[in-house]
Amino acid sequence: MDMKTLLLLIPLLPLAGSIIAGLLRNQIGRAGAHWVTILGVAASCGLSFYVFKLIALDGMAAINTSIYTWALTDGIRFEIGFLIDSLTVVMMTVVTFVSLMVHIYTIGYMRDDPGYQRFFSYIALFTFSMLMLVMSNNFLQLFFGWEAVGLVSYLLIGFWFKKESAIFANLKAFLVNRVGDFGFLLGIAAIVASFGTLDYAETFARAPEAVGQTISIFGGAEWSLLTVICICLFIGAMGKSAQAPLHVWLPDSMEGPTPISALIHAATMVTAGIFMVARMSPLFELSEVALSFVLVIGAITALFMGLIGLVQNDIKRVVAYSTLSQLGYMTVALGASAYSAAIFHLMTHAFFKALLFLGAGSVIIAMHHRQDMREMGGLRKYMPITFITAWLGSLALMGVPLFSGFYSKDLIIEAVHLAERPGADFAYWCVLLGVVVTALYSLRLLFLTFHGKERMEESVRSHLHETPLVVTIPLILLAIPSVLIGYFTVEPMLFGGFFQDAIYVAPGNDVIGEIGHHFHGPLAMALHAVVTPVFWLVVLGSAAAVMIWFWKPQLATWFAQTLSPLQRMLDKKYWFDEVYQFLFARGSLKLGNGLWRYGDAGLIDGALVNGSAGIVGRLAVLFRHLQSGYLFHYAFAMIVGLILIIAAFVILDKGMLEGIF
Amino acid sequence: MSAYLTELTLAHFLTLGAILFSLSVAGIFLNRKNVIILLMAIELMLLAVNMNFVAFSRFHGNADGQVFVFFILTVAAAEAAIGLAILVVLFRNRNTINVAELDDLKG
Repeated sequence: MDMKTLLLLIPLLPLAGSIIAGLLRNQIGRAGAHWVTILGVAASCGLSFYVFKLIALDGMAAINTSIYTWALTDGIRFEIGFLIDSLTVVMMTVVTFVSLMVHIYTIGYMRDDPGYQRFFSYIALFTFSMLMLVMSNNFLQLFFGWEAVGLVSYLLIGFWFKKESAIFANLKAFLVNRVGDFGFLLGIAAIVASFGTLDYAETFARAPEAVGQTISIFGGAEWSLLTVICICLFIGAMGKSAQAPLHVWLPDSMEGPTPISALIHAATMVTAGIFMVARMSPLFELSEVALSFVLVIGAITALFMGLIGLVQNDIKRVVAYSTLSQLGYMTVALGASAYSAAIFHLMTHAFFKALLFLGAGSVIIAMHHRQDMREMGGLRKYMPITFITAWLGSLALMGVPLFSGFYSKDLIIEAVHLAERPGADFAYWCVLLGVVVTALYSLRLLFLTFHGKERMEESVRSHLHETPLVVTIPLILLAIPSVLIGYFTVEPMLFGGFFQDAIYVAPGNDVIGEIGHHFHGPLAMALHAVVTPVFWLVVLGSAAAVMIWFWKPQLATWFAQTLSPLQRMLDKKYWFDEVYQFLFARGSLKLGNGLWRYGDAGLIDGALVNGSAGIVGRLAVLFRHLQSGYLFHYAFAMIVGLILIIAAFVILDKGMLEGIF
Repeated sequence: MSAYLTELTLAHFLTLGAILFSLSVAGIFLNRKNVIILLMAIELMLLAVNMNFVAFSRFHGNADGQVFVFFILTVAAAEAAIGLAILVVLFRNRNTINVAELDDLKG
């Protein structure tokens, strides 16, 4: 089998599974649906690992190949093609592995759902779209994948389409993403307009020529071309990766089934923006302004979204805000030119956050679809596997040394510390404080759910038991990389020149390389942690969390009362939803109402359609009086007309009239 | 031969035609009673035209005009037949041929 066929099979197998499970759902039944999609994704996962081996371990050169030319117009080729390099293979393996775990988990989670086959069809379709996105070698296919994952996200958030809140959430996700996509599309358009190509390689090759070029937007102000392109592209990433202020859709997306929250809204789709910026590193590196923008947006998201997680009571929403905060960390890394650290954190985060979501889902199954943590507590006795894996995931998330999250997060913080562009100091303080907040909300979730008094109703408590194997096996399989992957991959991935061919870092910006000078192996790094502020901040956060939610639960109430304005602000999520609701939702409703009332009903229906008919009618009312019905009147009119015409012939110039008659 | 007869010119015939035409127009306008009179007035109008044709034909020494007259006479006869037939049907339906009462097309 040649390489092209193999690469084509990777996205097409999940697509085939999706089509079969979706269109033939009645013929193949429930078991058929999960078998066909799981086999497709499993095969795709196996092939991805094989390609990973070829590129990462055997040192095969990056593959940049065109599969099919869709159209050719005005010198611009619209192609479908694959660019397979170190960055792509990391994404491919992460996506297919997490997707496979979620597929297996779904058998347990959705067991009694009437939409079983539809669900499998959707998640397999998602896997296809995400693979098309990461494997693309041009902007067109990137945009296709981008929109396709957005569509599947929309379908899955509203999976339970009879639930009103789910429909509200999926509409919100779709609309907020449109805002981001608008910027993204403008960015791609600017690239086509200035470089005349959609191909990555050609764009990157021509980008250095554009340094110093300006374009004038917003009434004559001159902007650096590359800054405009990069910021536009990043606005797309802000939508997809839920960065402030376009983050509002992600917490609401928790209305969808939990496996989806794990796969789409934690591990893969939301990281598409991070991946895209890393992929565009040759462009972003040329614009200092754009990188500062990225840095500040990421820092704001990392700290302030984490804070909201402290006051949420819905177990999934806590994890959702944690995801926002971690995405902020990745964005900060991008802004600090530490692209490889961002991808590294993306990978470790994909494992431990998928694990946490699936763990939360396991708790939700056991609690009979109750999600409020105030009704939980003491679950460790009943579900030991979920309990242990959730702890492992949380420790990784908090960045406890030796766990995977430690390596990725520590490196990001270190990279920001070394970065010298405007906003780096602010970002550094944000991510440092974020560490405390992460420890606080992670432990709060664990204590409220698994420890302390059993606060659930007796009817729920009597049925509590560990979830079935299809649920716990993915948890275990995800817990392993969550703990170990950082230790084993930090050195080759970040300091071994692994991303050399995929990510470009300008010579002056190479913060990761600088960190590399002081790196003496993962174990030494973990030991060295004891003298860094990050470690002590984790300890501080953990100690505070143990104090507040484990030893003295009354402290939590006391804090909530003393700091009630702060509590209220976090509870309301900084009023983002209210402002958007008022400004954009109500505003566009009013605009639409106005356009309907004055534009459509008033101008088009009223003035143009009914108006012209009305004028004809009114004229007819006047002219009908000419119709007397008497024959001699008509005859008279004829005679008068004849006389007038003859008179005209005689009086006026004959030649002129011959032209008319 | 009288001097008048020898001096009979084209203008005389055209004047006769014009008088006939004016009579028929007046007949159409002034008649408010009888549709048959309207028909007769129209026939008279056609005859006025015929008169012009014959006069021009005679004075230009060209027979074409007289051929037209035959056509017009034939068509006028057919028209009169159809017009009268319509009148008969109209009378059966409305019991009147009074022009002033036939105003169904009034707007």
